[in-house]
Amino acid sequence: MKHDIVEKNVGLLAVLILVAISFGGLAEVVPLFFQKQTTEPVEGLEPLTALELEGRDIYRREGCVSCHSQMVRPFRAETERYGHYSVAGESVYDHNFLWGSKRTGPDLARVGGRYSDDWHRAHMYNPRDVVPESIMPAYPWLFSNRLDGEDTPAKMRALQSLGVPYTDEQIANATAEVNGTQEITALIAFLQQLGTVLEGTR
Amino acid sequence: MNNLWGDSLPGFWSAWIIVITLGTIALSAWLLFANRRTDKQPDAEGNVETTGHAADGIEEYDNALPKWWFQLFVGTVIFSLGYLVLYPGLGNFAGVLGWSQEGQWEEEVARAEERFTPIFAQYQEVPIPELAKDADAMQVAERIYLNNCAVCHGSNAQGGYGFPNLTDDDWLYGGEPDNIMMTLNNGRNGLMPAWQQLGEENIENLTQYVLSLSELEHDAERAEQGESTFMSVCAACHTPQGTGNIALGAPNLTNDIWLYLAQGQTVADSIRQTLRNGRNGHMPSQTAYIGEERVHLVAAYVYSLRFSN
Repeated sequence: MKHDIVEKNVGLLAVLILVAISFGGLAEVVPLFFQKQTTEPVEGLEPLTALELEGRDIYRREGCVSCHSQMVRPFRAETERYGHYSVAGESVYDHNFLWGSKRTGPDLARVGGRYSDDWHRAHMYNPRDVVPESIMPAYPWLFSNRLDGEDTPAKMRALQSLGVPYTDEQIANATAEVNGTQEITALIAFLQQLGTVLEGTR
Repeated sequence: MNNLWGDSLPGFWSAWIIVITLGTIALSAWLLFANRRTDKQPDAEGNVETTGHAADGIEEYDNALPKWWFQLFVGTVIFSLGYLVLYPGLGNFAGVLGWSQEGQWEEEVARAEERFTPIFAQYQEVPIPELAKDADAMQVAERIYLNNCAVCHGSNAQGGYGFPNLTDDDWLYGGEPDNIMMTLNNGRNGLMPAWQQLGEENIENLTQYVLSLSELEHDAERAEQGESTFMSVCAACHTPQGTGNIALGAPNLTNDIWLYLAQGQTVADSIRQTLRNGRNGHMPSQTAYIGEERVHLVAAYVYSLRFSN
């Protein structure tokens, strides 16, 4: 049998495996890079401000995405609860995106404006204070940690190089905007803008 | 919101998807048939030829593919082709059924609206105090409350630190149907300014005076000194009697109900904190999230809470 050739040459086997598994990505992923619907921002989408961006990084650091998705799917049960289903154009400035796939807690794609800043503060300090049934962990250190904003301009420049339209002025002011802020403030700033761009989300 | 899913691909990429998809299916089918062996059957004693591969003394049988497995494979190939004809999958070809995610969602929503709109419309006609006594309506309303309001006001509607209790008779913005509707429709922004600039001495006097309004334990001398400051600074919103003003959301200070009393905190400490730092209460408008009809129902639910108390 000729498959001896493949089975006894690990290099060749590896190359052929790569070819075989690349078909899925080539057909399903690559064309999306050329589809306007996935590459163009929805109307009114702005890059995150320096503070929101730092909030986003705290969201990532604390692993919020492990329990909260940011992706309302097009089913009535979801749109009734969360608002209009998510569209790709809302995430074009997200690197990496935080859609997630696990919902231990509720979806957060449209949480912006739903609750007051005070509620978020109370909830993050100890979720049981506002929702006695909650199993979410508490994040009290977000109240004592403060941001210095030293790395913020570098983060924004990195995103700029990926096509996020930050202006040089925004980058220059980033450190000053963030410096000295409680981490919780940044996180809430990030949460309060989630899903607010799309018009008529109900 | 049109074309969220159906936005067409550039022609080249559409063709690219079609070629890869159909090519992969054809290749899999070819692989199956090209390597299929029907000539290998066990002999009379059940012995089977081996491929000649051996690893640590374990040899590999060279059997024909099991029939059921082979047929299942053919079945999946036929299924995939049928699927690609009916549903979107091949580039810009939308499938002969014309199915789309968006379309399915719209249908689902339309079906639900057809079913629920008459019910909500019927409730909409009923005035809130009457609706609050309709047990069926309140069952619906309770669910809406639990999904949308309980996050802040609690599943028992008794509120919490900074979030008003809805089951008592104390209303920041009034508890009549119109007040409740106004709160739900427009949201509320409570603002108590910080009075740090009065100085600690005055803040302490004011604290004692406010304690005295609810007939709580207080320092009578300081309370007396605080009274004049209260009249000049606080009475504008809280009224000279301290009974509050629902037009401004200024709480009644005479009923020993404290919105910002943390666990383990004394009332005096809470008042001091309020005076030093001020308070900002914010309730978002709900109409945008749940719509007028559900707001009407929830208002009736909130109104109904007084009966259960």
